[in-house]
Amino acid sequence: MFRVVREPIKPRELERIARAGDGGVVTFLGIVRARADDGRAVTGLSYEAFEPMAVSVFESIAGEVRDRFGDVATAIVHRVGELAVGEISVAVLATALHRGTAFEGCRYAIDQLKARAPIWKKEHYAGGASEWKANA
Amino acid sequence: MEIRVLAFAGLRELLEGPERDLELPTGARVRDAWAALAQRWPALDDLRASTRVARNGRIATFDDALADGDELALLPPVGGG
Repeated sequence: MFRVVREPIKPRELERIARAGDGGVVTFLGIVRARADDGRAVTGLSYEAFEPMAVSVFESIAGEVRDRFGDVATAIVHRVGELAVGEISVAVLATALHRGTAFEGCRYAIDQLKARAPIWKKEHYAGGASEWKANA
Repeated sequence: MEIRVLAFAGLRELLEGPERDLELPTGARVRDAWAALAQRWPALDDLRASTRVARNGRIATFDDALADGDELALLPPVGGG
């Protein structure tokens, strides 16, 4: 399951990819924070994506998770559009026979997504200013 | 030849829209497309080092050759997650 969506993410839907026999499922949720890294109050975020390329990057990342950690299935769903504080911007799920590989796969997938996926975020601040923010 | 330029985030705002059609001489490379855009939007000059490009959905370089009908995406530093 590799998607860019406009509607709110329902994280439990990602659990559908779990296979019979999987014993560990790890889900990471990215949430819109109320404060920017510099402390400014955030009222919401806008996300946009180059959607076909983002989905193909998600698929590549899932392939790398299997190459590195073994038999792990990964699901990645990222939301775009206008998001309010507290809403889910991204869900990454990794499911495997044991928890160790599921944790490792999930961590790898979200780190790679943040570094590589063609997705952009604009922070909107209290008072009306806004700014595109790249990942560190 | 004509290519389509896709711009995202701050570059989309700078180019005043998500898509631009660009007429280029045969044999043009990605860097020629960038130079043509920078003639009209000089602020692009400062952004080249931080911009990645994708040709027809795959990461490309500024040296890559372009072909008629190509889609060239301009990708600022990403912020997903």
